[in-house]
Amino acid sequence: MSEISMNTASAAEGTMAQPQLREVPAVRMEAVYKHYGDFTALNEVDLKVAKGEKIVVCGPSGSGKSTLIRCINHIEKHDEGLIYVNGIELDHQRKNIDAVRRDTGMVFQSFNLFPHMTVLENCVLAPMTVSSMSRAEAKDLAMHFLTKVRIPDQAEKFPGQLSGGQQQRVAIARALCMRPKIMLFDEPTSALDPEMVKEVLETMKKLAEEGMTMLCVTHEMGFAREVADRIVFMNEGKAVEQAAPEEFFKNPKSERARTFLDQIIH
Amino acid sequence: MSHFSPTAAVNYFFNYFLMKGVLVTIGLTVAAVVGGLILGMGIALMRMSSNPVLSGFSRLYVWFFRGTPLLIQLVVIYSGLPQLGIKFSVITCALVGLILNEAAYLAEIVRSGFMAVSAGQREAAWALSLSPWVTFHRVTLPQAFRLMIPPLGNSINSLLKATSLASVISVEELMRRSDMLMQEHFQILEVYAAATAYYLILTSVWDAVQRRLEKHFGRSSAAKSRRVAARAPVAQANVEARA
Repeated sequence: MSEISMNTASAAEGTMAQPQLREVPAVRMEAVYKHYGDFTALNEVDLKVAKGEKIVVCGPSGSGKSTLIRCINHIEKHDEGLIYVNGIELDHQRKNIDAVRRDTGMVFQSFNLFPHMTVLENCVLAPMTVSSMSRAEAKDLAMHFLTKVRIPDQAEKFPGQLSGGQQQRVAIARALCMRPKIMLFDEPTSALDPEMVKEVLETMKKLAEEGMTMLCVTHEMGFAREVADRIVFMNEGKAVEQAAPEEFFKNPKSERARTFLDQIIH
Repeated sequence: MSHFSPTAAVNYFFNYFLMKGVLVTIGLTVAAVVGGLILGMGIALMRMSSNPVLSGFSRLYVWFFRGTPLLIQLVVIYSGLPQLGIKFSVITCALVGLILNEAAYLAEIVRSGFMAVSAGQREAAWALSLSPWVTFHRVTLPQAFRLMIPPLGNSINSLLKATSLASVISVEELMRRSDMLMQEHFQILEVYAAATAYYLILTSVWDAVQRRLEKHFGRSSAAKSRRVAARAPVAQANVEARA
């Protein structure tokens, strides 16, 4: 817990500015399977994400994109295979799950802010109860990140009083308050009105520029082209293609990726 | 006595003997709500547990107490159990019966409240690595409670009236004392008019309290986003009649 406390704040801005390729990858998945009854959501997925790397996961609906990133913080339990997050094995043991969740932040499609708490309370809850921060410390931290996502003036409002884009930026700030080393985005802009997509993507870009390790499930191909180091294309539970964005967009190898791109890029 | 005497009705309303019965009715209701909520919460948690023995027991409990009349439950506890050598005071019998019965209804209300809190709320709590306790009492419980208030209010309203069944096992609450006055003076309409007025006052006061509670706990949700509201179906009311 102590290693993710205050000192990583400066680290986020300073040393992590460039992607660092150390031996321990941020995420390592080996032959991961996930089944829902007869349906195979993940089918022998291998994935390695280096520290500081930005990955965009795309693919048709039902291809396992969300399941993939939800397995990384054990919101979904994988059935077979190995998952390591920052060297910690996700072996379904409480202790390891907690450790992994402390290293990862997640942003959901439907925001999932706590509707009965103000924006500020949403942000300080985890720092105060998990990291045992004082209210004052936690509040400073929360205001720091709310300023970063450009809504410090909304701190005393309830989520329902904010626009979708604002709510999603609060959700990002809330996740950042736990000083995660990896951020997982599960279709963060899919539930937003079109005019609010940009403000959320801008926030994510800023985070990417600061060197955060990111995995994003998104259909925003402009964002993918601009920010991603690598694109993972999923189909029927398999990670069919992994390539740099230019390469993926210019000549996708699989037929499925080609038709997918034809359909989403108008 | 071929007419209705309003004066007599008013006199019965201010009758000290009857007023004490009102206090007993209030006491029975409050005790049954508190006891029923505690027990009902336990039954609901058992029902939601993944342990098949616990959830099976909870299901059986709710099935039994919601499936039989409160009147029979009270009579069995009061007159039946002594046959097995188990004997309580009248008031204890009434409380045990009311609490056991109310818990079955409240358990279902508590459960539906928790089930109506979207899965995303729990997932967000996990993702933030909140402990199970913090997730329960800071995230799910407050949201579930807000959804529970309307059906809870209904249940407490019908419980208040159901306490009149305790008169059958000779608990001297409002109904029983009305009967006693009626048998003494034979002013049937006048006595029951007073009792009816008391029941109406009690249920109206409770209605007002419930509205305040809804307003208080709904203050943040008035502005709840459309999305979240659409995701949380209103907890189902359990307004089945008892007895």
